[in-house]
Amino acid sequence: MTEISSDVAAEMGLTNDEFERVHQLLGRPPNFTELSVFSAMWSEHCSYKSSRRWLKTLPTTAPWVICGPGENAGVVDIGDRQALVFKMESHNHPSYIEPYQGAATGVGGILRDVFTMGARPFASLNSLRFGDPKHPRTRYLLEGVIAGIGGYGNCIGVPTVAGECTFDARYNGNILVNAMTVGIADSTKIFYAKASGVASPVVYVGSKTGRDGIHGATMASASFDAESGEKRPTVQVGDPFTEKLLLEACLELMATDAITGIQDMGAAGLTSSAIEMAAKGEGGIELDLDEVPCRENGMRPHELMLSESQERMLMVLRPGAEDQARKVFDKWELNFSVIGRVTNTGRMLLRSKGKVIADVPVGPLAEGLDYQRPWSEPPAPPTLPAMPKAAPIEMLCSLLASPDLCSRKWIWEQYDHTVMADTVVGPGADAAVVRIHGTQKAVAISADCTPRYCEADPNQGGAQAVAECWRNLTAVGALPLAITDCLNFGNPEKALVMGQFVRAIEGMSEACSALDFPVVSGNVSFYNETEETNIPPTPQIGGIGLFEDWRHAVTLALSAKCEHLLLLGERSFHLGQSLYSRHLLGMDAGFPPPVNLKVERRNGDLVRALITSGIVTACHDISDGGLLTAVAEMCLAGQRGVDLDLGHEASELFGEDQGRYLVSTTSKSLSQILREARTAKVPAKIIGVVGGDTLTLNSTDAISVSELTRIHEHWFASYTATD
Amino acid sequence: MRAAVIVFPGSNCDRDVAVSLRNCHEVKVEMVWHGERVLPHVDLIAVPGGFSYGDYLRAGAMAAHSPIMDAVVAAASKGVAVLGICNGFQVLTERGLLPGTLMRNKYLKFLCKVVNLKVETKDSLFTSEFALKDVIAMPIAHNEGNYFANADTVAKLEAEDRVVFRYCTKDGVIPEGGSPNGSVESIAGILDSSRRVLGMMPHPERAADPAHISTDGQQLFASLVRHLS
Repeated sequence: MTEISSDVAAEMGLTNDEFERVHQLLGRPPNFTELSVFSAMWSEHCSYKSSRRWLKTLPTTAPWVICGPGENAGVVDIGDRQALVFKMESHNHPSYIEPYQGAATGVGGILRDVFTMGARPFASLNSLRFGDPKHPRTRYLLEGVIAGIGGYGNCIGVPTVAGECTFDARYNGNILVNAMTVGIADSTKIFYAKASGVASPVVYVGSKTGRDGIHGATMASASFDAESGEKRPTVQVGDPFTEKLLLEACLELMATDAITGIQDMGAAGLTSSAIEMAAKGEGGIELDLDEVPCRENGMRPHELMLSESQERMLMVLRPGAEDQARKVFDKWELNFSVIGRVTNTGRMLLRSKGKVIADVPVGPLAEGLDYQRPWSEPPAPPTLPAMPKAAPIEMLCSLLASPDLCSRKWIWEQYDHTVMADTVVGPGADAAVVRIHGTQKAVAISADCTPRYCEADPNQGGAQAVAECWRNLTAVGALPLAITDCLNFGNPEKALVMGQFVRAIEGMSEACSALDFPVVSGNVSFYNETEETNIPPTPQIGGIGLFEDWRHAVTLALSAKCEHLLLLGERSFHLGQSLYSRHLLGMDAGFPPPVNLKVERRNGDLVRALITSGIVTACHDISDGGLLTAVAEMCLAGQRGVDLDLGHEASELFGEDQGRYLVSTTSKSLSQILREARTAKVPAKIIGVVGGDTLTLNSTDAISVSELTRIHEHWFASYTATD
Repeated sequence: MRAAVIVFPGSNCDRDVAVSLRNCHEVKVEMVWHGERVLPHVDLIAVPGGFSYGDYLRAGAMAAHSPIMDAVVAAASKGVAVLGICNGFQVLTERGLLPGTLMRNKYLKFLCKVVNLKVETKDSLFTSEFALKDVIAMPIAHNEGNYFANADTVAKLEAEDRVVFRYCTKDGVIPEGGSPNGSVESIAGILDSSRRVLGMMPHPERAADPAHISTDGQQLFASLVRHLS
């Protein structure tokens, strides 16, 4: 038997104080299994010990919110007895160590979070941050992550409809892989992670348990060093085929009244699912580990409890429903085993070979810890130097050719984005639009964050991430409903990182309140740090919006119905943190464009009303790369030209001022748009005439759309080409 | 008209093809689990897309030997129409109902995009409602769609007018070596010698209603309804 000392605890990631606390709680020294359980549940990843006091400050309610944070996913009412269930989650550390499996199991995990609640997943998206393309590991990570996401999502048959992917040297040692899934459920039949009904059977279903992913939660709660590659065994291996069977089996059984509570086995595996369900239910649980289906012989209790083998679920059944449930899982050829029962003792009791091998209190394990980490005010960004002169069309081409703004087609062609046959607008748009199956309704989905803004000013960056998501949903015509967040930060034990976190949460809160856009689910990923380098703060936002009728959706593509192009929103003057300045100066400098939430809301509400009334023929929000880039993106999407009448100032053409949209319309509706903009007090300016095959600026400077297309689509193909 | 949609563990386009068929006037659709040995009395059997058995071993290889496939082979020999889409096409070649094989895509990556197809024959239950040499658009989404057969087989397919669809440009040009996945002679779909079994990689069920990128797939279903109702 291993001697239990604070050294053993330290190896598991527990501090001396935490180890003492375990001792106190038990009134005796913990055994190895018990200590393993504490170390997993009290890891940063599972306990949110550095973030929980700040997360509490986020707005999480609205009349349409059925379930906010704290469950497997958030739930939002969309009428007609339907609910959307969605969440975004990080799988950063595993994806860096083993990109294919890390990303694949990230997708698998988030899918399970959604169908655990009784929803059928119908759309996935992701947000990816890689290091400098020149870094020797970047291409390997990029190709592995994309293949992993596709490999899992394509097989299970849920379309991957949207995403973000950017590159920055600050992610060289810690890439970010954030995956989000949206599902549809009967709003009166949502399943929760609750072990209720004393003596009810606790059932294990899905794959067998193996030795993969042990201490995964602990690994994800520490910084990386030069030997991180040795952590490969802590990465789980995914099997999307089994997950597809598990999905169908769970939904089939959920259509009956057999299940009273259910929780997937994610981070910290059986430990966290059992503890969380017990804490939300009667308070106690007993498990017989000899009944756990095992993939290999001789697995020790702590291995069984901490394994993060994929595609497994823990359910509590109505007593007597065992046979009915077993039949369903037999049909789908999945393991089914009654492994315990619900108690009200307030303890988790583990048995093996007839003996009690662990007896721990549920409450303190579920409640976790709450640390008040010291934090310091993030410093101001470097001042924006004077900008050298540059020719606008040349700059536009250099931006569109760069990894920052080039086409992501190489990525999304590897994702099945049309399976389930309800995708109305796929990848490459401001937001994806997916029809609610069997109805006219549709959901718009977008994932957004601008890390360089967050780094320069975490408060404004946090607000901007929320506002941009709201804007992207608005730009296709949807009514934004709610968000999920994935808060990726560095080492919270560093005051500066904690300061970034605190300020970003504050900015997010302000935007969520002002835009009626509550947070209903999310996760936190700290310790994205390698050898003292922390990632830029990346509070990733995933938002959903609703259409009553999918036919109201518009895209950014200029079409034959587009005649005039208008700018709605204030004139631009701000070049701080713009991609234009990054490309001209080779650095990110200045303050990011400020977010005026009143203006954001006013402008967005007008744009949505115009789209819904059917007089907008194309719409695009202005973000990275500014106005001229946005116009070019509309040309590229529709393969159609524009004759622009604008100034020559770089700030006007490339400034990234917030809350602005480009809309196109017909000659017939032009005056109506101008009139409604005036009434809403939104500045509106006609900036161009749509048509032809050339993007022309002020009648002098021009480039053909076909040349723009070539430039735009070149980078990924050449970067990933085999020699 | 009555249709059966076969459901293997890992099928994921079964619902989509059933919806497309049900959207056609007066088609009754029944889902049939792969473990069954008897098919209901039907006019059409659809073998849907997806990753049957996870596509482990080889795409379609294990599903080809599911219990229900004996019944499918027997029904096909009696003239019941069979439509294999994507993974369904792979299952049909693995089972020997169609010649040739579907290899890994040329660039070794999963490929999901809208492609243009040229309708190469009107002489089938599946394509009579199209115009000959029509250029139509449908999505593809596959990892193993690179159709290959030896030169004699391809010559026979051509001679017997059994190539149904070929990948082409939007102007209907079939460029040399220009198929998206590397298929020999840009073949996207073929018939068996009875002309009642079709295997195709593109997804007509994803090009079958106004929300889709095109509605060209509707004509394929309309052709079936016309002949089988």
